[in-house]
Amino acid sequence: MKEKIKIASGQGFWGDLIDAPYNQVTKGDVDYLVMDYLAEVTMSILQKQKNKNPKLGYAKDIPELMKRILPICKEKNIKVITNGGGVNPIACAESVVEVAKNLGIKNLKIAVVLGDDIKGRIDDIIFKGCELNNMDTGDSIIPIKEKLLSANVYFGAFPIVEGLQKGADIVITGRTTDTGLTLAPMIYEFGWKENDFDLLSAGTIAGHILECGAQSSGGNFLGDWQTIPNMAEIGFPIAEAYPNGEFIITKHPNTGGKVSFATVAEQLVYEIGDPKMYITPDCVADFTTIKLEDLGNDRVRVYDIKGKPATESYKVSCSYESGYSAFASLTYSWPQALTKAKAADQILRKRLENLNLKFEEIRTEFVGYNSCHGPLSNENDEDKINEIMLRIGVRSNDYNSVERFGKEIAPLILTGPPSVTGFAGGRPKPSEVVAYWPALIPKTLVKPEVKLIEL
Amino acid sequence: MKIKLLNIAHGRSGDKGDAANIGIIAYDDKGFEKIKKELTTEKVKKHFEGICFGEVERFELPNIRALNFLLHNTLGGGGTVSLKHDAQGKTLAAALLRMEIDS
Repeated sequence: MKEKIKIASGQGFWGDLIDAPYNQVTKGDVDYLVMDYLAEVTMSILQKQKNKNPKLGYAKDIPELMKRILPICKEKNIKVITNGGGVNPIACAESVVEVAKNLGIKNLKIAVVLGDDIKGRIDDIIFKGCELNNMDTGDSIIPIKEKLLSANVYFGAFPIVEGLQKGADIVITGRTTDTGLTLAPMIYEFGWKENDFDLLSAGTIAGHILECGAQSSGGNFLGDWQTIPNMAEIGFPIAEAYPNGEFIITKHPNTGGKVSFATVAEQLVYEIGDPKMYITPDCVADFTTIKLEDLGNDRVRVYDIKGKPATESYKVSCSYESGYSAFASLTYSWPQALTKAKAADQILRKRLENLNLKFEEIRTEFVGYNSCHGPLSNENDEDKINEIMLRIGVRSNDYNSVERFGKEIAPLILTGPPSVTGFAGGRPKPSEVVAYWPALIPKTLVKPEVKLIEL
Repeated sequence: MKIKLLNIAHGRSGDKGDAANIGIIAYDDKGFEKIKKELTTEKVKKHFEGICFGEVERFELPNIRALNFLLHNTLGGGGTVSLKHDAQGKTLAAALLRMEIDS
């Protein structure tokens, strides 16, 4: 058993800094590179891509990235774990095989975790007595089942562990929890068991700290953010993990950013509910047991974590079509910028009303005044406001209403209040609204499958 | 005398469906006692009048001097349904730090 392992976070979401994973494997020693690519909306986008082309449906950045890092990872024996397989992890793995062949790399093993995609099994699952009731509303999924775009079970760390046990250099999954990506190598290297709930909770919390990339190493830091050094070259976080469940959050030397009690604490409270009940497929972690010790020099020790047994269910993330939306913006200048923007909004609403268009919602916000904090915004002396951007969004089940809204924006320039600019890029087009449907499914109804692809 | 919460705490916010999560962390123990006393669910709900249309839940993390709030029915439907500029509630931690409390 290894005495410690270093797990590096390479992406906080699909679209994060392109060079971050490259820097993680080149600027210092690490054992694992973990990359989270999947947000809730991402799965539906990927499903649409796969519907058009059965060879797509995964994070297309992965083959590009592997071209750069695969030779380095092979040489340094760094294993890569990612959920960027999206709704087509096999195709993702095949794209990596192709890259490896072109680079002349041999002896490569890729484990693929399958079984999370239940979109084709919805009727069977309902037949077996699980109506995938919405976790927020309690409603059955049956009325919206024809509109489903994607339906995926969140698997935990253990299918990845199985892949590592089969000798995989790379593990590619579909919908796996972000935290499972980091927990898996700890289970594998330290021989943790399925009922070591304190240890599993420790690894899960390490995963929570790493899953949003540089958000734990100085990015998006609301404390004294101006003291964060060299954000331009921000280092992504690394968990230095030990068999007893302790770990140290750090980053490579000579990178920007900062790892401190405060930067780690901010990430700990990010997107959590009840801190005593952080539920994953692997365990229920208790965030109130976490002890943090700032060791200085960008090292924070995390220890004493406690947890409870996992629940009997997996979480399911479904997405479905829910009408159309469009957004438009115009910018009004001093004098009376806000008054002009408000007048333009009223004129537009009157025109939409006269056209008898149908909207579920029309939302107006004044960027530069209240678009972030709404009614909490300070009332400014209007003479001190230089400019205001009017931002209007509409949503409707009626495509034609949303399309016509898009045609009513530019005319405001010649037929509304003065000193207005900022209309570019043509008429706003309706885009499909994807709604999210969270549910639970008994663990007995789904089974992860691990497939090994060897080169 | 009144001070802004911003002077004694920092935090981070994000989305959980249509609910916003706001974590507030005090800079020291004295500050934590103050935020525990001042940031009641009623006061937070009142602060976010016109933004939060649902229940406010509060949880304590004394180990990191933090409180976590869940503000239900706050993000205009959440995800891609929301028409809000800040559909994920990313700026709501800062919005809570605007609150004035007794020094």
